[in-house]
Amino acid sequence: MAEATEFKAIGTRPVRPDGVDKVTGRAQFGADLNLPNMLYGKVLRSPHAHARIRRIDLDAARAMPGVHAVVSGADFPGAQHGEIGGEGGGDVADVAKNVMARDKVLYHGHPLAAVAATSQAIAEAALAAIEVEYEVLTPVLDLEAAMAPDAVLVNENCFTKNLPEPAEKPSNIASVMTLARGNVDEGFELADVIVEGEYRIPMAHQGYIEPHACTATVNESGQATVWTCTQGHFALRTQTANILDMSVADLKFIASEIGGGFGGKTVVYLEPVAVMLSTQARRPVKMVMSREEVFRASGPAAGSCAKIRVGAKKDGTITAATAWLAYEAGAFEGAPMGPGAMCVFAPYDLENFRVEGFDVLVNKPKVAAYRAPGAPQSMHAMESALDDLARELNMDPIDLRLKNAVAEGSQAAYGPKFPAIGFRECLEAAKAHPNYQKPVPEGAGRGVAAGFWFNAGMESSAEVHINEDGTVQIIEGSPDIGGSRASMALMAAETLGVPYEKIRVLVGDTEASGFNNVTGGSRTTFATGMAVIQACEDIIAQCKDRAAKTWGVDADQVEWEDGQAIPAPGVNAELKPLTLAEIMKTAARTGGPILGRAALNARGPGAGFSVNFGDLKVDRETGKVDVLSFTAIQDAGKAIHPAYVEGQMQGGAVQGLGWALNEEYIFDGNGVLENPGFLDYRIPVASDMPMIDTQIIEVPNPSHPFGVRGVGETPIVAPLAVAANAVRDAIGRRVHDLPLSPPNVLAAIEEG
Amino acid sequence: MRYEAPSSSKEAAKLLASAKGKAVVLAGGTDLLVRMKSGAVEPDLIVDIKRIGATQEIKKSGNGFKIGAGVSGARLGKHRALKKAWPGVVEATNLIGSDQIQGRCTMAGNLCNASPAADSVPAMVAANAKANVVGPGGRRTVAVEKIPTGPGKTSLKKGEIIESITLPAKAPRSGDAYLRFIPRTEMDIAVVSAGVNLTLDSKGVVKKARVALGAVAPTVLLVEDAAKAIVGTKLDDDALAALAAACEAACRPIDDMRGTIEFRTEVAGVLARRAALTAYERAGGKK
Amino acid sequence: MSKVHVTTRVNGDPVEFLCTPEQTLVDVLRDTLDRTGTKEGCSTGDCGACSVLLNGRLVCACLVLAVESEGAEVTTIEGIATEEGLHPIQEKFLEHAALQCGICTPGFIVATKALLDKHPEPDEETIRYWLAGNLCRCTGYDKIIRAVQDAATTLAHEA
Repeated sequence: MAEATEFKAIGTRPVRPDGVDKVTGRAQFGADLNLPNMLYGKVLRSPHAHARIRRIDLDAARAMPGVHAVVSGADFPGAQHGEIGGEGGGDVADVAKNVMARDKVLYHGHPLAAVAATSQAIAEAALAAIEVEYEVLTPVLDLEAAMAPDAVLVNENCFTKNLPEPAEKPSNIASVMTLARGNVDEGFELADVIVEGEYRIPMAHQGYIEPHACTATVNESGQATVWTCTQGHFALRTQTANILDMSVADLKFIASEIGGGFGGKTVVYLEPVAVMLSTQARRPVKMVMSREEVFRASGPAAGSCAKIRVGAKKDGTITAATAWLAYEAGAFEGAPMGPGAMCVFAPYDLENFRVEGFDVLVNKPKVAAYRAPGAPQSMHAMESALDDLARELNMDPIDLRLKNAVAEGSQAAYGPKFPAIGFRECLEAAKAHPNYQKPVPEGAGRGVAAGFWFNAGMESSAEVHINEDGTVQIIEGSPDIGGSRASMALMAAETLGVPYEKIRVLVGDTEASGFNNVTGGSRTTFATGMAVIQACEDIIAQCKDRAAKTWGVDADQVEWEDGQAIPAPGVNAELKPLTLAEIMKTAARTGGPILGRAALNARGPGAGFSVNFGDLKVDRETGKVDVLSFTAIQDAGKAIHPAYVEGQMQGGAVQGLGWALNEEYIFDGNGVLENPGFLDYRIPVASDMPMIDTQIIEVPNPSHPFGVRGVGETPIVAPLAVAANAVRDAIGRRVHDLPLSPPNVLAAIEEG
Repeated sequence: MRYEAPSSSKEAAKLLASAKGKAVVLAGGTDLLVRMKSGAVEPDLIVDIKRIGATQEIKKSGNGFKIGAGVSGARLGKHRALKKAWPGVVEATNLIGSDQIQGRCTMAGNLCNASPAADSVPAMVAANAKANVVGPGGRRTVAVEKIPTGPGKTSLKKGEIIESITLPAKAPRSGDAYLRFIPRTEMDIAVVSAGVNLTLDSKGVVKKARVALGAVAPTVLLVEDAAKAIVGTKLDDDALAALAAACEAACRPIDDMRGTIEFRTEVAGVLARRAALTAYERAGGKK
Repeated sequence: MSKVHVTTRVNGDPVEFLCTPEQTLVDVLRDTLDRTGTKEGCSTGDCGACSVLLNGRLVCACLVLAVESEGAEVTTIEGIATEEGLHPIQEKFLEHAALQCGICTPGFIVATKALLDKHPEPDEETIRYWLAGNLCRCTGYDKIIRAVQDAATTLAHEA
């Protein structure tokens, strides 16, 4: 379908169903649960970035009064290798070792033992009583050192995957990939202008305000219940089961409210440890990370190095492009090389290109997904190069992109043909935007860049129950991280034709809901939404059937309109419509309760494109960069709850600007993170930012009943290059590396 | 661990002097609690001085202002007369942390924490502020620049507390200003900072000057050469350049994650120049 | 370690508790008094999630020792709504979709209450600087600022 439709519920901005509890302090987040008889779990973390564990002695800790459980790697089963599904990604055995080190510690902060005790103070004292003997090894701390031929090895058993010939000796390059089309040499020969550059971006953190937290309780029959703040309780259940060699049937995972994740809460850190400790102690165990632990030992975004070369004709037509992309995976393979490589040229229709990707081990924390994982790093490089190209060609940067933009039917650089997409619409909207027409303020520069993310589908389930008074209960299993309950209720309201206020939404635990993959990949409103819509359609079919029974007519003589069963036009006109409430009144006689359901693996998520621009001012004496204005334009397919779509665009913009301007992991020479707190890991504060202007473009996704595309991830992609291009415009020199921190910008000004 | 909240400075001094193990003074707690949380300090005794009457007062007299060691930044910022006389000192103190921090942080605590990057200290040094110290041996008055002796270290002896800080009476045709450099707009520790206090003659010529720099040496620096560079001038471009050069010459910063040696040195001169212009304007000077 | 007996008021209710001298107010509020509406994001005063009013003054509860609340009046997020219902600040946060995940929201609302008590008609810059001690990672602040502006207008009309 997806033609222009008049909607009643969709596109409105009601208060979210969970709103009141979240503005009054009632909502229960990860660390808010306290159980009777509960113990406090704490983790012993490596003081070295790279070391062999010679010996761990837990006896003194075990003997302490108040200590009820002590575990180390030896207590965990040896996990089998295997893929962990969902956005979390990675190998089960790797995740197991990341949760609790076995023979080696691979980054500063790597867990190697844990305790549970009656108070936090006793737990801390017990950690101090654990004796560990290390053989300290040289840490591998950057891409150059890791990729050097004679590099120290992070993992002696790592042989590069995807090489034309199997690797003969181990390496820190865990895997490589190539994407290519046409002939780049010929393409560059056709070019009138060629630009190239090398761009580096350090590791950054998602910076969710809520630290990881969970509470586990395991009973004597081995049944475990785990409360945790996560983007996917089903995924965490699977991971925990694999790591602990348990059946998922013995693990009940309950998702608390979640205080931000951005991809970082898709993998386990504490959960298997808490289950182990609770099993040993036979009491509930609560574990909460400190902010310092979050920074040191959760999953930041990969640091990267990107080399880009782009050639074009005088009219702006790109004739060839190459990208060399290396990503820091941290201590275990799984950097977002794949998506980074697949996104880098995705917005452009290129005949000749070649992309090489490298997934590289270093002695830093294992990276996790962070909003469009891999894309901000690679597209910062490409969108910066295009800015240089536009200058060389003396072209408007939007015109240059329009000249090469993909459209419906274009073969995406990563493979498939695009169905209806909204990239050109975004570019045209940017060009016509009043903010783009305004002159650039004195002392400032303007930057323009495009963003892209595939968006994800994957598995979702939903049930819809009609209550006896005709109100509606939705049960699904996608943690609500930014208003998805409201979106689900709106889509149900639209489909069923009942008012939004009559609908309730439960994010069910793993025993209450069918399987739902993680809230990630910008999939929830699209895929779980589709499940909700289908479950509502199931309800409608059943209600028509019940009405037919009530009226004594055939089901095909009943239609559904505005939340009521009505007789089909032209027949039985004398029958009065039956509302949901009326159908429920007689439901016991017509077949019992009414319950709709749907379970699916959603296909065709619909790619998300954006165009952002902003004016940034540079203090030429100090290098300080201020954001004066920022405009985000993005294709949402169809905005179900526009306020939360705008919120995604605004939040992503500010996260991207933070990464561009001041955020970075700073390691010392021993691989110790020097800024593991919000004081020196500088995420934007309210006074750093202007209002973020948004414009939602709606080119419906043909694969979704209402045209929805995911909107959560694309917003973080473009701002990095917007900032870099604006600073280039302001100071007349390109700063290739991020962040555009004052010392870096001042140094560039003074070189010029 | 023991917590005490005495009602007089004498009593506080006695508690601290007789303490076994590590004894610490709690004023606003915005540094102390962070250090306790990280394990950097594990006190055996905490002496909370906020229940001592003298630490809660702001007293104005002919000799200037006496500001109790427990007066929060938020209270300081509401004192009209103080703000009018020493806008630079008040602004500097109000730059410490967020509004939440302002509800608790104190000038005296900022001084005793002995960070070279403390926001209020260069402004106090430029203002020629004095610390009123109470200890087992009685009272003494010390120039604030003599309190910190290095990062995290002070010249206070065992049992001594700062009860209050005195800012001198504002001289006619004088003005002060403080500027710091941070990468964000709020919530950061100063990468480099400058406090300037000027007194002009009736023609607008700088008669007296005090220039202090933060985060460019183990303690806040009072840069006499920088003062000399502008005394006798109307802050013309040459004088400002000489001021910046003198500041740069005085810097002995470190390279760390917040800034490089080059960056701190260069920006110290920039900030001193900008702060001097504000102070000049506040002193009634016209450019 | 012996515990200290503290008598205080939380949201108007008389409250007594025992704590160790190094325990912070946020720990006692959340773990001893079960007021988990106050959130903990950093424990170092950098994120503002634990914002509460101590004798009417905005503070981070992670930077206050629980013993310091002796004889004090503590206001937490649980004390912002009244018998008549949500406070206008809470209403406006909901109307403007000024929360996504919601973890920072209690701190923002308490900080906004303190702001509007002191500056009933703040301009955008005043709001942004006042709320600089409250980190939000989801919204980019835009809708929060608009909610605060709208709440200020509403409260000014009510006054």
